[in-house]
Amino acid sequence: MSVLIDKFDVFAGGFWLTLQICLLAAIGALILGAIVAVLRISPVPPLRAVGTAYVNMFRNLPLTVVMFFAAFGLPALGSNADFLRIPGLDAIFSRLGTDLPYFRFALIALVLYTAAFVCEALRSGVNAVPAGQAEAARSLGLTFTQNLRYVVLPQSWKASVVPLGSVIIAMIKNSALVGFFGVVGDLSQSADQLTSAEGHAFVPVAIGISIGYLIMTVPLGALLDRIEKRQAVAR
Amino acid sequence: MTTGEPLIVLDEVNKHFGPLHVLQDVSLSVGRGEVVVVIGPSGSGKSTLCRTINRLEPIDSGTITFDGRPLPAEGKALAKLRSEVGMVFQSFNLFAHKTILENVTLGPVKVRKEKPAAARERGLALLDRVGIANQADKFPAQLSGGQQQRAAIARALAMQPKAMLFDEPTSALDPEMVGEVLDVMTSLARDGMTMVVVTHEMGFARHAANRVIFMADGRLVEDAAPTEFFANPRSERAKDFLSKILTH
Repeated sequence: MSVLIDKFDVFAGGFWLTLQICLLAAIGALILGAIVAVLRISPVPPLRAVGTAYVNMFRNLPLTVVMFFAAFGLPALGSNADFLRIPGLDAIFSRLGTDLPYFRFALIALVLYTAAFVCEALRSGVNAVPAGQAEAARSLGLTFTQNLRYVVLPQSWKASVVPLGSVIIAMIKNSALVGFFGVVGDLSQSADQLTSAEGHAFVPVAIGISIGYLIMTVPLGALLDRIEKRQAVAR
Repeated sequence: MTTGEPLIVLDEVNKHFGPLHVLQDVSLSVGRGEVVVVIGPSGSGKSTLCRTINRLEPIDSGTITFDGRPLPAEGKALAKLRSEVGMVFQSFNLFAHKTILENVTLGPVKVRKEKPAAARERGLALLDRVGIANQADKFPAQLSGGQQQRAAIARALAMQPKAMLFDEPTSALDPEMVGEVLDVMTSLARDGMTMVVVTHEMGFARHAANRVIFMADGRLVEDAAPTEFFANPRSERAKDFLSKILTH
């Protein structure tokens, strides 16, 4: 077990990189997922079709395949995903700005994939709001966006927040894949490095990275339980 | 009573729900200031008829004209038209996360861009008119059904609509609360509001309506003054319906 202490800096570095990609991917997936959700509930049929097509594609493909497309498809198209080299943001998340694009590719894949699930979690919340609420808003003359903003979304987030949290927890665990697509130094890839390349015993290393993931996921799960309990009381 | 061109005109309107032909060649015109009560057995299409007028239900064929203009498709123009047509629902549909006063002022502030203070003042006056000014800061769930429905009427009136649609406004109420809602509706009718009322309240139809429309199986079967309709229904369908509801 001494590897946990001797190589603490490797675990800590892996934790920090995984946390970075998860933070960025969560923000990206929430934004993109919200946009896709708005498309899917829009009164305009072509927009709905776009939203539905998006969800059908990314919810039904394995994340590994999406990662493949991002890591090998984007370079084939001549893209290094340089649009993610966002000035300022790359000062905190240094991998965003590196010449090696694999962090950005993995981020794109994780965002595209997770957004489909975020969309569905948001939509399940919207569906939990009785149809009469939106009808009353429409009958007053509120536009689609006003209806969402003032009537539907303030009531739907309560029903969305717990499934959303589950989606984000799943995303944190899914991020373990990025190491296999060129991202060096996240939690999972660090484990590979320590065992395969440096010859440390597998079990202690696996325990180490497990602790790393649990530090991220367990508090999030506990937070969700609290929110759920408080809602149960309010109801 | 009726002046100039009619406010609401339905011409040969058809509507299907899947294989069900819920509105069959329905034509109807409602004059300004007129109170039209729509009655008929359940499933006759009367609620659907009411909901097509502000396009909560789109129609398959035919035309609907409101205030001289055909109903627009989805978009800003439709939102504007809806703001001119008040609607009251069977299940009230007050915004559950907003207070009664916020329910009443949301439309004026967000749709009409009125100043919040002015909207608030008028909202309180309207709540006073429907007799629930003292409930202004409560949430819908804290009110009785009758109070909620009166709040919903105030919310619709806050938009200063040209017409009001009532879709079975008293059907979800306990019997002792029906009267307070009908009183508000009767006073609106007296003030000259154009109203289309889908209801089972025959008393209201008798004393407040200018015309009674009887619907059955998606068709508009009779269109007559209330005294005439209740005394001498022409169709067998209407006679049958009235005999069933008036014997109790």
